[in-house]
This record gives sequence, C-alpha cells and structure tokens, in this order.
Amino acid sequence: MTAPTAAPAASPAAASPADPGTARVELLTGGAWVPVCDWPLLTPGRGVAVLLPDGRQAAVFRDRRDRVWAVGNRDPFTGAHVLSRGLLGSAAGGGPYVASPLLKQRFDLATGVCLDDPSVRIPVHAVRVAD
Amino acid sequence: MTDTLEKPVVVLVGYGMVGHRLLEALAENGAAARLRVVVLAEEPRPAYDRVRLTSYFSGLTAEDLLLGEEGFAERHGFEVRLGDPAVAVDRAARTVTARSGLVVRYDTLVLATGSYPFVPPVEGRDATGCFVYRTVEDLLAIEEYARGARVGAVVGGGLLGLEAAGALKGLGLETHVVEFAPRLMPVQVDDGGGEALRRTVEELGVVVHTGVGTKAVAVDAAGAVTGMAFTDGSGLAADLVVFSAGVRPRDALARDCGLEVGERGGVRVDADCRSVTDPRVFAIGECAQAVDGRVYGLVAPGYEMAQAVAAQLAGGTGTFTGADLSTKLKLLGVDVASFGDAFAASEGALEVVYSDSRSGVYKKLVVTADGALLGGILVGDAEAYAALRPLAGTGTPLPAPPEALVLPAGAGAPAALGPSALPDDAVVCNCHNVTKGAVRAAVAEHACTTVPEVKACTRAGTGCGSCVRLLTSLVHDELEASGVAVDRGLCPCFARTRAELYEIVRVTGTATHAELLDRYGREEARGGEGCEVCKPTVASVVASLAPELDAPAHILDGEQAALQDTNDHFLANLQRNGSYSVVPRIPGGEITPERLIVIGEVARDFGLYTKITGGQRIDLFGARVDQLPQIWSRLVAAGFESGHAYGKSLRTVKSCVGSTWCRYGVQDSVAMAIRLELRYRGLRSPHKLKSAVSGCARECAEARGKDFGVIATSAGWNLYVGGNGGADPRHADLLAQDLDDEGLVRLVDRFLMFYIRTADRLERTSAWLERIDGGLDHVRDVVVGDSLGICGELEALMARHVGRYQDEWAATLADPERLRRFVSFVNAPGVPDPTVRFVPERDQVRPDLEVLLSEDDLLRSLDPDGPGRDRTDRPDRSSDGAPGRAPLLEVRSR
Ligand SMILES: Cc1cc2nc3c(=O)[nH]c(=O)nc-3n(C[C@H](O)[C@H](O)[C@H](O)COP(=O)(O)OP(=O)(O)OC[C@H]3O[C@@H](n4cnc5c(N)ncnc54)[C@H](O)[C@@H]3O)c2cc1C
Ligand code: FES
Repeated sequence: MTAPTAAPAASPAAASPADPGTARVELLTGGAWVPVCDWPLLTPGRGVAVLLPDGRQAAVFRDRRDRVWAVGNRDPFTGAHVLSRGLLGSAAGGGPYVASPLLKQRFDLATGVCLDDPSVRIPVHAVRVAD
Repeated sequence: MTDTLEKPVVVLVGYGMVGHRLLEALAENGAAARLRVVVLAEEPRPAYDRVRLTSYFSGLTAEDLLLGEEGFAERHGFEVRLGDPAVAVDRAARTVTARSGLVVRYDTLVLATGSYPFVPPVEGRDATGCFVYRTVEDLLAIEEYARGARVGAVVGGGLLGLEAAGALKGLGLETHVVEFAPRLMPVQVDDGGGEALRRTVEELGVVVHTGVGTKAVAVDAAGAVTGMAFTDGSGLAADLVVFSAGVRPRDALARDCGLEVGERGGVRVDADCRSVTDPRVFAIGECAQAVDGRVYGLVAPGYEMAQAVAAQLAGGTGTFTGADLSTKLKLLGVDVASFGDAFAASEGALEVVYSDSRSGVYKKLVVTADGALLGGILVGDAEAYAALRPLAGTGTPLPAPPEALVLPAGAGAPAALGPSALPDDAVVCNCHNVTKGAVRAAVAEHACTTVPEVKACTRAGTGCGSCVRLLTSLVHDELEASGVAVDRGLCPCFARTRAELYEIVRVTGTATHAELLDRYGREEARGGEGCEVCKPTVASVVASLAPELDAPAHILDGEQAALQDTNDHFLANLQRNGSYSVVPRIPGGEITPERLIVIGEVARDFGLYTKITGGQRIDLFGARVDQLPQIWSRLVAAGFESGHAYGKSLRTVKSCVGSTWCRYGVQDSVAMAIRLELRYRGLRSPHKLKSAVSGCARECAEARGKDFGVIATSAGWNLYVGGNGGADPRHADLLAQDLDDEGLVRLVDRFLMFYIRTADRLERTSAWLERIDGGLDHVRDVVVGDSLGICGELEALMARHVGRYQDEWAATLADPERLRRFVSFVNAPGVPDPTVRFVPERDQVRPDLEVLLSEDDLLRSLDPDGPGRDRTDRPDRSSDGAPGRAPLLEVRSR
C-alpha cells in the first residue's frame, strides 16, 4: 500500500487498448490490481471516481491521447472527494493535470504535485488497461 | 442691485455644451470658489449633450442626456437661472438684463449662446409641421407631430440633416432628404465620397434628392404642411418638414450692444477669446468667430475655448487659435469620417483614392509629397479613422504607404496602422483634446492600469466614444511597455478572446474543442488537452451556435460532454462538501400549490436543505450525485424543468404581481416574465443572465439591477440593459421605451444574441456595455437601428434556439447512456459517497465539514466496528416513509 506522499510517479497506461470493446481498466492499490471499469466507460478529458477496498477513493482519467491516469479523489484544499469531477488540462511543456472543480487548484496527474502550491501533493496510483 | 458680495462677478449667457464646459473647468481649476458666477439660460433644462441629441429617438431620455451630475450647480455655488434668457447688455454700466427683469452687474461677461438653425426664406416655412432640429424641445415636438404623419422630408443633406433623416426613419416615416448641392455632406466629402454615401443612405431606405432647391412648402387650408415644391419644377407630398440647412451664430445680443461681429456672423474675438471691442467680454463656442476668422460648428473647439477662458479667469493664461474640423457621423449606420485637409487644399497635396461603388466604400487620403498625412475622407468603412485622424497634420511620415492604408482588408497586404505609429503630440481624443502623450503619462506616471482608470484620469473617451478603441490599444501597449503583461488571449491555450473564438466557430463551422485547439490555439498548446478555461468556453460557444452548427442539441452529447464544468456535467450545482443543489424552474416566480407541495415532498424525502432564492425560486441543497436522477424523475413527473442554475445561461425572470392584482400595476408583468423566461431558458451565454419585469414604475421586481430588465409604462414596456447587483452594482441603462409585446421580445432577442456574440468569457452585460467601443450607443445602433445589418441574423439564431429547446433533465432521464454518469463510484454503482455527510441545524441539515478535515479520521468514522463519531445522518424517508437514520454504507435502491 502506498503512503500518499511517498507515491512514486505513476506511468500512465499505454495508449488505446487492442480491443476497446472488452478492455478493462485496473488500478494498483495495496499490492493488488483492482478493477475500475470497462474501457468504454471512460470519456476522453474526464474522470470517474473509484471506491478502493480500504474506503479511500481514487479518481481515474482518460486523456485526449487515450492514456489513463489515477490520483486520489480527495481535494486536499477542501477535503471534499471531488477531483474526479474536475476538467483535464495540459500546461505548455507539461503533462496533463486535473483542475479541482471546487477552487480550481491544478494537480499534475503524473506526480500528484499541485501546480499552484508545490508543497501540496495528492497520492498517485498506477493504472493499466487489461485486455 | 442686490449684489453686495465682494467676489468678482462672472455672468455666463447661454447654458449649452460649451457653457457647461466652462463651469466644469472653473470648478476643476478652483476659480469657482473665488468668483460669483451667474448663469442665464434660455432653455428650460440644464445643459445637455446636444451631440447625442438623436439618441433620444433610440431610447435615451432627456434626463439621460444631461451633462452635469445632479446637484452640480449647487455644489459649486453657480447661480443658474433656467428659462431666463438675457435680453440686453449695457456695456457702459456693465449690466445684463434677463427676461424676468433681473439685472446683474458683471465684472466679466461670457457669451456662449451657440447657434440657431438657419431656415431658408421659402414660402410656407412657418406652416404647422415645419420644424428645426437643435433642442430637446424640438425633438419632443417632432415626435409628437410624427404620430399623425406618414412622409417626412429633411431640407439639407449635411451632417445634421442625415442625423435628422435617421431620426425620422426611426419614427417610422417614409423619409426624404433634399440637398441643394450635387452631393450629400458637401462640406465634409468630395464627389466620390458623396456618391458612396448616397448609395449607403439609400440602402437604408432614405430617398435622396440632390441638386434640387426647395422653392416652397405647400400648405393646406388649416395651415398644415402637405408637401414641397422644388426649384426644378418637381414636388413631393409630405406631412412633416425638418429644416437642417446649416446654423448661424446667435450674436444678436452682442450686435445690439455694439460688439463687433464677423461678416457672416459670430462675435469677433482674439486669441484669448475676448471680444475685439470690449476686453471684459468673452465669447466662446458656436457664437464666436475665432481669431483665425472661422466660426466653429463643432463641440471640441468650443470646449477648447471654454478651457482657455476658465484658465484666464483663474488668473492664468489660455488661448484658442484654431482647431481641426474632423467629423464622424454617428447615426444612420453609415460610416463616414472626414478629417484634416479633406479637400487637398494645401499646396502640393496629393490624393490617394480607393473607390468601390458596388459596396459603397470610398477612401481618400491626402498626403504631402514626402508622405505625411494631411487629411482624408472615409465613407462606408471608417475603421481606420481613429488611428489616422491623430496623424493628420503632424508632419510625421505615414508608417505605411498610403495605398496600402486605403485598400480593404484582405486585398493585397493591407497595412494595419498600429497606434504605436502615432507621435506623442497626436490628439487621441478629439472631444477632450487628449494627446497620446497624456494617455501614456496616465499609465506611466499616474499608475492607471485599466482603460476605465485612464478614462477617469484623462477624460479621454468620455465624449462621443469614437476614440475608445484607439485608447484601449494605446493603454495596453503602454502597459506592456512598462512590463505589465497584458495578454488579451482567453487562456494559456488560446491567444484569442472568446468573441474571436465565437466568430471562428461561426464562420468556419468548427464545432469541436480539439479541432479548434489544434488549428487556432497557441503554437505550444496544440495537440494538448486544452484547459479548464477554454473547454467550458468552447462548450458554451458551441451550445450558443448549436442550431447553426449541426452540433448536438444536448450539452452532454458528443465532445461537449467532456468540456463542461462539473455543474453542467451533472446538471446541478456543486457545493463545498461535494454534494449538489437542485433548482427547478419556476417561471416568473409563479407556482401552483400542487407544485409547491411536490417540491416540499421531494425535499423532505431526500432530506434536502431548502432555501428560497433571490430569483423567486427554491434551491434544494445536499443531493448526492447518484440521487440527482431520482430527485429529477419526481420533479419532471410533476411538470418541472431544469432551472439552469448550474449553467452560464438564463437564470430567472423575476416579476412583481402586476396589473392583475396590484392596484398600481399598468401591465401584466407576470405574464411577460413567464413569456421571457420560457423563451430564453437554456440559452448558453458568456455568463449567467438575470432578468426581471416590473408592472409599474415603482419597480418592485428590481428590473434595473438585471442584465435585461423590463418596466411597464402605460404605453407598453421600457427595456433596460446592463444592470447588475452583487459586488459591482450597476443600474441598467434604458435601451428603448414604450415597446409593444412583440417589439420587446424582438429587441431582447437581438440584444442577447449580440451580447453572446461579442462578450468576453465571464463578462456580465454590465461590464460588456462599459467595455465595448461606443458603449450603449453602439449597442443601440446595432440592435435598434440595425447599423451592422445583422439583426435578421440575430433574430433567426434566437428563433432556432427557441425551436430546438428541450428540457435537459427530461432528456437526460430518457437516455440510459447519459444517466450512466450519475453514480458516486464507477466500480460500485449502487454505493453512495460516504464522505457526503450532514449535521442538523435549525431543523434542517448542513454539510458536515469537520468530517472532511482529515482523511484518516474520516475512514475511522466510517468503520462500522470502530468507535465512530457522533454524527447524524439526515432524515431519509424516501424508502419507508418514516424519518430515520440510514447506515452509512447501505446501498439504497428506490
Ligand atoms: C443634432 C446635432 C448633432 C450634432 N452632432 C455633433 C457632432 O457629432 N460633433 C460635434 O462636434 N458637434 C455636433 N453638433 C454641434 C454641437 O452640438 C455644438 O457645436 C455645440 O452644442 C456648441 O455648443 P455651444 O455651447 O456653443 O452652443 P449650444 O449647445 O447651442 O448652447 C447655447 C445655449 O445658449 C442658449 N442661449 C442662446 N441665447 C441666449 C440668451 N440670450 N440668453 C440665455 N441663453 C441663451 C441656447 O438656448 C442654448 O441653450 C451637433 C448638433 C446637433 C444639433
Ligand atoms: S473623441 Fe470623442 S470621446 Fe474621445
């Protein structure tokens, strides 16, 4: 189980699955791969919330290039579990981020670091698309 | 004589535009406190903006036109006697006698009596139905008489004549303009320009007769106008005639007391604006013949004279030696400008002309042999006026070859003439004589950082408004130069504004964010994700234009689904603990008891916190994402629709109870509010839109605090726009008055669509009105006068919006695909979000925020076997009808 602040930068899942019809998205937590959902349920540019076995929540996103990312769903600035409902963006020269729907702070999806306040960081999970 | 005060006495005769400027200047330079100033005014009202007189016909009231703020004269101790003109001056005794019999002794006399309209000595000119066009009283009389008239004729095709023609046209008359010269605006434009002008004026539906003199006005037995006879033997049937054949200085008072006047009239003055006969007398404005021998018929030179005299009365110096005669026609939707040496009268002057008679465009620049600009005429496309006028006569060579400057955009490589090309002494604002140097100083030395600040600091742009665009780019350039970054782009992904993106989408039909970003985004942002700013903006633009684009009608279909902010995404408003609030539409605030009960039942059954909103509806707070479809299926079944409280779109049209019940009401405000709310529901716009309808002038619905507000009059409806409440309150401005129901709706259609088309992201109508070039007048020209010829398009777009409207919630409930997103967890669709919790307060619930403070505490409190914290879940009787506490992780199915 990865401690929130010590989470390694996750590498996103490789681009589009061989067979989108049957592919499933999975997330690594507590040393095990947990099923998230079927691939077609993800909309490019948006996220979904996932309830993890230990009661925590994750936010899983699919970006424009069909890469998948997962971070903690809790917005550390408000405590609300809403990051999965934020919009994806990308800064010039940087990777994708999610903007909190509440107060709009942005979090880098690869590292979990808050782009508006680098002292704040959210957990990151490894994800994969399994055929 | 009652004058026992020690202060020197200044008597001002005439309280028009220039007289008022003198008073303002005296107040500003402090002289007002040391002088006793008596103002004798002929007109019954304080000075008003004569230049914008015609705006009265597009909805401004006489009060709106007043120049001074309320209490101006009292505050500075000016003794203004309205309706009491001077009738005689005794220069030996130094007294002025007013019509009331009052005699005032003066130390200094200032004449600012303006001009009177010249009426050619034709037979019948005094008939009932003949008017001139100079004062508010003239307009009131014309308006009154026009009610019973069908055909109107204007004698005189100059600047004012065309304005008057525009006004007659606006009053619904068949309108003719009769000009003696062979072309329109003979003083300002040459033959080529006149031809282009004629074409455009004719296209506006005004009949133009040039090269004909008026011989007589035909009159019936009762003494009323029936038509006109021309010198060429032809004639014209008409019910109303407006003479606008030039003005003459009002110098009778001066003549009578022996002051020298010019050959063609006007009190002769020296460079100090003092009468050449009597140094105790000044003459300023249109009644004066300046030291250069000219009588100026424009307001800007008059203002300069007023400044010069005020400076002298304060003990300093000030002179007026001559001015520029630039003009830009403001009305009729015709672009005409003429500036500097427009007729190439200077020695060695060369002309560069571009003329396209098909499109009615004519542009001429007059230059010296070495390429410095002397003047020019622009007809049909006066876009370059603001940038070119300040350059004329400065001697600086043009920054681009003049041929390139007259070519239309797109032909060859037209030179965009940047404001950076202007020298510092170039006058940017003609109305207030503000130079580019002064504008730059306002930014660099007075630390102004916005255009409104610079306006307040320099007065630039506060007159006719034609210089605002130039002013804006100068201010931005200056800010940039001083290291303040002003990037006008929407966001890090797009260097363009929302309005520019709107145009791109409209013209190219590009309907997806991804495509727009890759084609029109900043180089470095192409191929990326975009951002949280441009995505919802594009979604809103696409939604506004959806009827034209073949884009999906529902905001959650196609690519749009991924672009919406969370509120639009879940069709509800996100609150601080991750729950949502729900607002059903209650059009006009009218609701049946049955529906009110349904709202109460839904709120009770789902344990929602209930609050009445300021917009006369009911907000239900505390719904989880997965409850939204259940809540809405009950509401939709009871006949409710989405209230769009989550969208940048129409919120409510508030109303008072109106003539149906209220003993003061004059119109049915509730019916109109409902009609407007149903018409514009679901319309996506740059920001939220609020509206209200009041049934009488008591204004109980507070319509003037809304984006568009409607107030009933005995004759119909007045439409106000650009109001705002909240942190930045602004009273809405009158756009048009006494509209009938259909006229009102048509005008609101146009106004809203024009706003949607041109506003910036998150720019409320109030800020938009203050920002856009020409302000309210421009908006009125466009939406009332159709000066851009786009009203048909705006109305059609609105009609298609109305035709395509569907309730977003009903459509969502009907589609399992769309419903799929309404789960708390994608991997546990039936499980509610355990972190959305509530505590009781005043018999309702409020979010439990403490539980959100620490994730570990939260997890511990969720553990059914752990000690747990003392939290109350809200009453939930949706499943069994009895209030109770539900275990937190229970999967509820209803
Ligand atoms: C429809 C219209 C459109 C115009 N458009 C433009 C434009 O676009 N640009 C521009 O630069 N100019 C324009 N003008 C001209 C501009 O309005 C005048 O240049 C300006 O008003 C001159 O100011 P003034 O104070 O000299 O005269 P006025 O504003 O006419 O004021 C003179 C005042 O003196 C009063 N008066 C006269 N005799 C007496 C007396 N014996 N005792 C007391 N009071 C007296 C008059 O009643 C009047 O109120 C326009 C004018 C009109 C009518
Ligand atoms: S030129 Fe008229 S406001 Fe500046």
